[in-house]
Amino acid sequence: MTTPTTRSVPQPVFTDAEAGAKVFPDSTSRQYNYFKPAKRRQTHYEDVTVEVQPDPRHYLSQGWLYSFADGRGGYPLDWTVLKAWGSDRPEPKRFPGSGGKGYDWPAHGWHEFRDPNEEWELTMYRYNANVVRQLNANIDAARQAKAFAQWNPNWVRFVERNVGAWMHVDHGLGLYLFANANRRGPTNMHNTAIAVNSMHRIRAAQDLALYSLTLTEEIDGFDGAAHLEAWNSDPAWQGVRECAEQLTATDDWAEAIFAANVVFEPLVGELFRSHLVQQAAPRNGDYVTPTVVGAEEYDFAERDLRYTIPLLRLLADDREFAEHNKATMAGWLAAWVPRAIAAARTLQPLWSQPDALPPRFEDGLDAAKSRFGGILADISLDTPKELSA
Amino acid sequence: MSRQSVAKAHQKIQELAWEPMYHSPVSQYGTDYTFRKAAKKDPLKQVLRSYFPMQEEKDHRVYGAEDGAIRGNMFRQVQERWLEWQKLFLSIIPLPEISAARAMPLLFRNVPNPELHNGQAIQMIDEVRHSTIQQNLKRLYMQNYIDPAGFNSSLRNFHNDYCGTIGRQFAEGFITGDAITAASIYLTIVAETAFTNTLFVAMPAEAAANGDYLLPTVFHSVQSDESRHISNGYATLLMALADEENQQLLERDLRYAWWNNHRVVDAAIGTFIEYGTKDRRKDRESYAEMWRRWIYDDYYRSYLVPLEKYGLKIPHDLIEEAWNQIWNKGYVHEVAQFFATGWLANYWRIDPMTDKDFEWFEYKYPGWYDKYGKWWENYNRLSTPNGHHPIVAEDVDYQYPHRCWTCLVPCLVREDMVMDEVDGQWRTYCSEPCHWTDATAFRPVYEGRQTPNMGQLSGHREWETLYHGWNWADVVSDMGYVRDDGKTMVAQPHLNLDPKKMWTLDHLRRMPPVLSPNVLLNEMSDADRQAFHANYIRGGPAGRPAPAQP
Repeated sequence: MTTPTTRSVPQPVFTDAEAGAKVFPDSTSRQYNYFKPAKRRQTHYEDVTVEVQPDPRHYLSQGWLYSFADGRGGYPLDWTVLKAWGSDRPEPKRFPGSGGKGYDWPAHGWHEFRDPNEEWELTMYRYNANVVRQLNANIDAARQAKAFAQWNPNWVRFVERNVGAWMHVDHGLGLYLFANANRRGPTNMHNTAIAVNSMHRIRAAQDLALYSLTLTEEIDGFDGAAHLEAWNSDPAWQGVRECAEQLTATDDWAEAIFAANVVFEPLVGELFRSHLVQQAAPRNGDYVTPTVVGAEEYDFAERDLRYTIPLLRLLADDREFAEHNKATMAGWLAAWVPRAIAAARTLQPLWSQPDALPPRFEDGLDAAKSRFGGILADISLDTPKELSA
Repeated sequence: MSRQSVAKAHQKIQELAWEPMYHSPVSQYGTDYTFRKAAKKDPLKQVLRSYFPMQEEKDHRVYGAEDGAIRGNMFRQVQERWLEWQKLFLSIIPLPEISAARAMPLLFRNVPNPELHNGQAIQMIDEVRHSTIQQNLKRLYMQNYIDPAGFNSSLRNFHNDYCGTIGRQFAEGFITGDAITAASIYLTIVAETAFTNTLFVAMPAEAAANGDYLLPTVFHSVQSDESRHISNGYATLLMALADEENQQLLERDLRYAWWNNHRVVDAAIGTFIEYGTKDRRKDRESYAEMWRRWIYDDYYRSYLVPLEKYGLKIPHDLIEEAWNQIWNKGYVHEVAQFFATGWLANYWRIDPMTDKDFEWFEYKYPGWYDKYGKWWENYNRLSTPNGHHPIVAEDVDYQYPHRCWTCLVPCLVREDMVMDEVDGQWRTYCSEPCHWTDATAFRPVYEGRQTPNMGQLSGHREWETLYHGWNWADVVSDMGYVRDDGKTMVAQPHLNLDPKKMWTLDHLRRMPPVLSPNVLLNEMSDADRQAFHANYIRGGPAGRPAPAQP
């Protein structure tokens, strides 16, 4: 028999500490007041992202407390050569008796960027959870319908090698370009949008890898390791590989984002996904692969490109550095367009591999170029002569 | 696809990694560590196919609870004393979280194990989750709690207030300097593995006891991600241990990271838990008891000590000294007293302690009243404006402390204060380990070994320097700690929201100016400086000036 004991628990207390219970100075000031919203009302997204990453030019009065070995701390603005208005103003000088006031917010134009996707944790998990759920459902349904049995043998080879090879592009860029760049941007809005972009790419890489695993289990003779051979030694893939590697070798974070999302993805990524895989698959009896590849296509076209354009447009239209920024981006185009076009052209043999052929490579490339020109116009940039190569 | 085992799926995604053939990824962060041996496998085996739905489900629970709290009028039962301290805590914590996200790329090129990069990328996005979910919680408090002042200005005020630098180290230490020191040892091995227990488990429990069940809801959800991050750190640590040349750096970094985390986290969280609560049940754990359980037993004895057999040199002396600081030297009480001394340079309200609080402190920390009781009685007496100054400018037997140049918590345990001329400037340190951190560890040469990647301490580290010679009213205006009537201060040394009882800028005009202890120290002659130091270390406890020499 046990002896009942008195449990020790905190007692609820009526405190009446809810909003509106009293009137006093600030009792109705219920909005974050340290930044100006981009539009008339501040958004939920702005509230949870803006100003989390501090800036010595306005509020961070004592400066960065820890630095790299070269004495630089925080998020140096010159980690990209692009400039936003105010970038060249020196950090406010601090000394005994200087006070702590910096420039008025925002202090410089970098703080004006807002991600039109308004990504924060809630949106990111909802979006990506929906994608993986839908992909799982699509693939499960296809398996139950024995859909893979309709694939002709040549298409099986195509998917195991070439659709598989693309996972390496996603993985490499996701980790070593986009995730890497999330340390480099000047504001929390930049770095959060870039971090979300990186997760899209890493997820897409894993989507393709796990799809390959499923196909290995479902299709007799499907070689789940063929993508490695294609990526490592198929000449058709070496142009893409070299370009992807060069993207990850880019030091300037804005150049890396620009080269990946403005140049490489429209001219190589969409060319491969939309103008080859998506076109060829149905003709070869495959209605499943387009749903997997289409998820990534939507990531890029409707989310990643969607933040990239205003990020760059703001700089191309900058009130102080528009010409500098446009000239810099034109230089990047001159460097990266030939690399991307070369990578695209190296892929051309893939167009003749399926039994039922997709539309011509040149037609696909023309469409990709046309789309690319439209993106440049959105950023207020001219189409470079290198595009005609 | 969905029926595949996690192990199989994880094995498959290892095929994604590739060695560059044409161009190497950019290398932007250096380390003095080497990883030439023993690749360690990713212990997480997490794939995004299951990760995203799992996190979404966790979100559903968090946001559902938040809705429930509002509909159930949680704020009718929340203790203001508690919520006021959240103005500081929820200003601090989103920055360390997002900094942890930013820290992950420091590891990519320095830890040559692609398998671990998957775990690091997932940690990156976890940290984005933590930062924004915490900003959102603060927003909810701002919208629904009786006094939004301080929440509404938090990310301006945290960046310039008189103790914000203490919390900012818990972020900046992750993202700069030697990549392994910062993103692995300081962040994952010490901050996350040891101190998130008090941050994200012990403190939310105290929140619940004060009527706030949203802090536990959010932070337990956050803590459920931490085990992944702890695994990342552990795997990297084992890799580092495989190379004998790393032993010296590991010993250095564990000493620095342990001591700095102790100074920073115990200062803040100890104060929140001990001085922010109204729950004075004698059988509820004190911060010291929580620390003994969560950090001494769970971290030190269960996690660190077993690593000794792999050659890791554990800073046993510093762990024992941290406990000594908390238990015998009153570290948390000294810090709380400092926060309250400078209440006017903060952006939250600090409730006076009552007889019931005194009784609890005396029960939990025998001898507390003799040390601190009188000062808190004075704090109470001086809490509403009545022709006197704020307590910092009144004679209450308290000597305003010097800052520690390293951890930025003042030198509150007076006997431990170290003074030294470093980089051509006279600096004070709260303790010998903090002196060592600045003078020895954060240097390009360590014990004769070249450490070119080690970071530096930087910035204008003493807050008072910037306001040396200023009138307090101008200081508070400059920082922006004024309510929307243009004169009432955000901070108050009590919880009474009657405007007649609240301090305004006008009350500060007659105060003597702010004087920077460090500026004054550097203006002294050598003889005066030595005499000052000899006197300072005879002071305390509770900030009492040294007794006159016989």
